[in-house]
Amino acid sequence: MPARIGVVTFPGSLDDRDAQRAVRLGGGEPVALWHGDHDLQGVDAIVLPGGFSYGDYLRCGAIAAHSPIMSEVIDAANKGMPVLGICNGFQILVESQLLPGGLIRNDHGDFVCRDQRLRVENASTAWTSGFTEGDEIVIPLKNGEGGYIATEETLDRLEGEGLVAFRYLDVNPNGSLRDIAGLTNELGNVVGLMPHPEHATEPGFGPDMPEAMRSGVDGLTFFQSAVEAVLARV
Amino acid sequence: MSTPSTHVVDTVENAAATPEREQPYAALGLKTDEYQRIREILGRRPTSGELAMYSVMWSEHCSYKSSKVWLRQFGQKVSPEMTKNLMVGMGENAGVVDIGEGWAVTFKIESHNHPSYVEPFQGAATGVGGIVRDIISMGARPVAVMDALRFGAIDHPDTARVVPGVVSGISFYGNCLGLPNIGGETWFDPIYQANPLVNALAVGVLRHEDLHLANARGVGNKVVLFGARTGGDGIGGASILASESFDEGSGRKRPAVQVGDPFMEKVLIECCLELYRGGLVEGIQDLGAAGISCATSELASNGDGGMHIVLDEVLLRDPTLTAEEILMSESQERMMAVVAPDKLEGFFAVTSKWDVEASVLGEVTGTGRLVIDWKGETIVDVDPRTVAVDGPVYERPVAYPTWIDHVNADSASALPRPAGGAELEAQLLTLLGSANLADKSWVTSQYDKYVLGNTALSYPDDGGMVRVDEGSGLGFALATDANGRYCYLDPYRGAQLALAEAYRNVAATGAVPAAVSDCLNFGSPENPEVMWQFSRAVEGLADGCLQLGIPVTGGNVSFYNQTGDVPIHPTPVVAVLGTIDDVGRRVPSGWQDAGDNLYLLGTTALELDGSAWAGVVHGHLGGLPPAVDLDAEKNLAELLAAAAHEGLLAAAHDLADGGLAIALAEGVLRFGVGARVFLDELIARDGVDLATALFSESSGRVLVAVPREEDVKFTRLCEGRGYPVLRIGVTDSVAALELQGEFTLAVDDLAQTFREPLRTHFA
Repeated sequence: MPARIGVVTFPGSLDDRDAQRAVRLGGGEPVALWHGDHDLQGVDAIVLPGGFSYGDYLRCGAIAAHSPIMSEVIDAANKGMPVLGICNGFQILVESQLLPGGLIRNDHGDFVCRDQRLRVENASTAWTSGFTEGDEIVIPLKNGEGGYIATEETLDRLEGEGLVAFRYLDVNPNGSLRDIAGLTNELGNVVGLMPHPEHATEPGFGPDMPEAMRSGVDGLTFFQSAVEAVLARV
Repeated sequence: MSTPSTHVVDTVENAAATPEREQPYAALGLKTDEYQRIREILGRRPTSGELAMYSVMWSEHCSYKSSKVWLRQFGQKVSPEMTKNLMVGMGENAGVVDIGEGWAVTFKIESHNHPSYVEPFQGAATGVGGIVRDIISMGARPVAVMDALRFGAIDHPDTARVVPGVVSGISFYGNCLGLPNIGGETWFDPIYQANPLVNALAVGVLRHEDLHLANARGVGNKVVLFGARTGGDGIGGASILASESFDEGSGRKRPAVQVGDPFMEKVLIECCLELYRGGLVEGIQDLGAAGISCATSELASNGDGGMHIVLDEVLLRDPTLTAEEILMSESQERMMAVVAPDKLEGFFAVTSKWDVEASVLGEVTGTGRLVIDWKGETIVDVDPRTVAVDGPVYERPVAYPTWIDHVNADSASALPRPAGGAELEAQLLTLLGSANLADKSWVTSQYDKYVLGNTALSYPDDGGMVRVDEGSGLGFALATDANGRYCYLDPYRGAQLALAEAYRNVAATGAVPAAVSDCLNFGSPENPEVMWQFSRAVEGLADGCLQLGIPVTGGNVSFYNQTGDVPIHPTPVVAVLGTIDDVGRRVPSGWQDAGDNLYLLGTTALELDGSAWAGVVHGHLGGLPPAVDLDAEKNLAELLAAAAHEGLLAAAHDLADGGLAIALAEGVLRFGVGARVFLDELIARDGVDLATALFSESSGRVLVAVPREEDVKFTRLCEGRGYPVLRIGVTDSVAALELQGEFTLAVDDLAQTFREPLRTHFA
């Protein structure tokens, strides 16, 4: 039986269908989950997709973090279920306190969409085990509020415990402290990042690569890693 | 706070009893004879509610009263070739084109010029919102947006206010809707200084069976308003009505520019699509200009002709609104549906799932009248067709411009042309670093191009391309173009050049051009010279579409674009949609590998009039724009489609502003792979000098890169079709553009010049 990976749709989710496609391309079976339900439908892993849940009113991800389904997501995450938060999903994970810190308006003030180079800093999470530490990958980034902040103490702890999962290379696109693009938790089952791995899973529709335009599929490894993590648990 | 309303409701009964009452029709934009006609139609004076409806629906924006007589050509100059794939033509919310495999595409481009000057952010944002609702109302899922923008001089202080506002407004709204922005244009010219053009395009896809139309059919069916609540935003003339009769000033403080909430619209999209899937609506109409006045009168006109509405049922954001204001409010993110009574429960189940508010306003009747009640009394009782369809039609005077012969006589051919390599190199860099030819990625990097995961091409390629069917790879391509400078010199030819360029751009991506939408931006129709420009441009477009065999499926006219008394250059923005069997065969605008052969398709003549070279290097605008040969364009497009289908093209890039010089520079800059170019043979064949070969803007030309192994097949294909072709260079592993014997420009230097202008002025 294939790994069943749920993708939560909140009002204002935008990349939910793209995340479902990426799950499929990664070898999993996508399951649509609805923000208003209290039912995870027995999924093995969960993706919180990108978008502007609830219009990003109040703070990005703040209202979604209190959606009915999030109480189940938080419980499952605390019990070790793989959870990936992409962009708005990362903001929701932070607002749910599954990951520390906060995300604020880009330092230059504008929304930015670019093909972003990243370094994989932690290749032992449920979503990155297919990488090798130090791998350099290209993943599309698109956000208006992606500047990662935390206290110095927290940043030092994250670095010390190896919880920085991804770091921006070449350009820091949003003013994130210590070039942090993504984080994981102590268990390694929860990962959140601002760039969009689901948009680097299909040749012809991914980021430009040195070899050919729109050919980048580095994001596929996220979903394949999760599928393997799920199968390994069974 | 406003004082409590003492507004007396002007009922139909009251209107009949007080024929002498003076009404502020002039302040609402109605002419005296138009007001008289309304009185004749009704057989009495209109109530203030009816006056509100007629005044907005008979406005230029809604009624097309000055343009109608000319726009008819689009319906008359039609061949069977043009209609064979057309599912819905002009006159509906948007045209619909059959693209095969059971799929259809609907698209439309529309202006939001004046609001974007007054309040750039909200003006541009709601421009995107409005056009997207047109697409939803056809039953389609919106899948992409584009925008065609014209601003004043890049270094004018007010441009620094307008540009960032417009760009962030489009970015904010489009990104929050989850629609990829796949291209468009950004131009700067002082002629648009106090009148920028913001033309937004949206495109959607649907299965044939999902097509919906704005009809109010079926007596007894319910009329439901859903989406955002109705507020006091976007009320222009209604405040005049309000302040005439009650407290002065309260209405005037309300913003005349609408305020957008893309989150509401995103939810509305998903809600509508779920309603369609459930078969829960009989007819649907979006609320845009003229709000409820427009939606009720159009739905009723297109259906069985009667509707009864209780205005008290409208959910309000501001309970102090008068009936007239409710009728005219342009609050965003609202839709009106016609729902069968037995489906109402299902309808409300879907709207509440999406937390969308909805209320039943009334029902479809068989009376042929649109009747609207307010506080228990009838305030509107009209034949809806007199409001929505049979508005005034004007045959505006047309006059051949007094200045045009003089301008046409002043050819750029007489201007000094660069001779040596150093001068050519310097002028190429001047052009590449000029506002209109410079890199627009400062704009496009603020737009999400990835969302939905189907974008196959976007800026800076010649057109945007989107996959429609994940199984087969079926997709469409879109490009928009307009050159106001050409249209100023000759609006007929200028419009055809815009059409030809958009058509060629689509063909360069590997797609087959299929349909057109246009947004016709002009000065005042009351100026006979502007009316002449308009009539010539429309004629040029209609003739051009007939010759190319592709239909105009819809669009929009925007008049009164002028700064003081000076009209903008006529700017008919033409959007061409093409189809492609498999987006995997798409062709980018630049080459990715060294060692490809570079070919130039088409021939070059001395055609520098109206060119970027004449404008940027010499500050000159005169003469006659390049010749257009639409039969040749058709042949060229077929050739490109065949070559793309067989996989013979590594790149294809249309030659337009800045000519071959800019096409080569852009080809090199696309992926940073160099080129060595030799033009002796071209110069000999076409009988032109080197500067003309580089900067002339002759139409019908495309630069292509062909991998060596496909060389023989490609040249045979060109010979077979009799299209002129010449090898003019090779792509090169050295990161430079070398024009042999003249100059060599490193890619890094080109890139710096190219990127600087927009970043310097706006970043």
